[in-house]
Amino acid sequence: MLKNIFPNKILSLNNKIINFLVILMIVFIFTGLAYALFISPPDHVQGESVRIMYVHVPSSFIALGCFAFIGIGSILNLIFRIKFMLFIAKSLAPIGCIFSLISIVTGSLWGKPTWGTWWVWDARLTSMAVLLFFYIAYILTWKLVNSFEKANKITSIIGIVGLFNLPIIRYSVDWWNTLHQPSSITLTSAPTIHHKMLIPLIIMFFGMIIYSLVIFLMKYKTEVMKFKLNKKKIKNN
Amino acid sequence: MLSYKVKSRIVFLLLLILLGSTMIFLILKSLKENVVYFFSPTEIYQKTNISLNKKIRIGGLVKIDSITQDQKSIKFIITDLKNEIIVSYNGIIPNLFSEGKGVIAEGQLKDKKYFIAERILAKHDENYMPPEVGEALEKSNY
Repeated sequence: MLKNIFPNKILSLNNKIINFLVILMIVFIFTGLAYALFISPPDHVQGESVRIMYVHVPSSFIALGCFAFIGIGSILNLIFRIKFMLFIAKSLAPIGCIFSLISIVTGSLWGKPTWGTWWVWDARLTSMAVLLFFYIAYILTWKLVNSFEKANKITSIIGIVGLFNLPIIRYSVDWWNTLHQPSSITLTSAPTIHHKMLIPLIIMFFGMIIYSLVIFLMKYKTEVMKFKLNKKKIKNN
Repeated sequence: MLSYKVKSRIVFLLLLILLGSTMIFLILKSLKENVVYFFSPTEIYQKTNISLNKKIRIGGLVKIDSITQDQKSIKFIITDLKNEIIVSYNGIIPNLFSEGKGVIAEGQLKDKKYFIAERILAKHDENYMPPEVGEALEKSNY
């Protein structure tokens, strides 16, 4: 039953919902950016470079979140043959890939004035780079492997194996000595970010998540349509 | 009920997870020394097989009132509040380098108490605050 509902529903997704989300996103991103770049104070230690954080942190979060979905989707797809999971995973991959790249680039730009280096091979930075490579491997497999079934299997295994990397990224700063600082926002304790900085961060968070959602819905719809068209073609031939 | 096919795939998944986690566990275990980006002074003290002329990184806090600077070089003490190592360095220091803050030094140990750094990195902690809050906090600490 579950197998049929979602992919068909996505086809009835119309532009009204997308437009609404886009407007919501613009509102969030603009207020977030205005708040982050102009209203919020500079940091006591880092000065103005703290503003990079407002893009860096949500990007990293989305990069990790997308891969979590890809991994879980891959399990459901490979083991339980819930086919639409593969379209969800496939649509999330480019989003996560771009955001992990953004996370690494902004982190690097922040690292130079703060740490005094663009890049070090500490556990957090390395595991994040590994995540980017997993994304690239995932996307390239879809592009380069011609047989659909084969690509489906390989990407699912990439998704499942990559899942192991996520707790390593998340806890690398707690398990080992790293140059990267530990998380400021955790589920278990109060955030160590002053509220004047936390507010724009949260606004940016929502803005960027809505952006990802819009891209995902559009991509997901396209993927489902492409698949259905292909199936029709094969039938007609 | 789950069909035989699904069952066999679940077994495959469990094997994959088992294999993956043991592999990662073994990799991390064998890499232990390398995954750690720097050693604290206490870790240096406890290490028995320390090689003196190898490039390593040590990290901790810059001890307050320990920075002495002349024209060419800077000397300071890295502490983890239990043990201390004296560091000497000549080169450019990052902006965030200051007393009481986190620092990582890359270089060679001369002995367990003395370190010649080739590179200094400043470590930022997880606290973010506006300048006025930071100043108020610093005042209350003294």
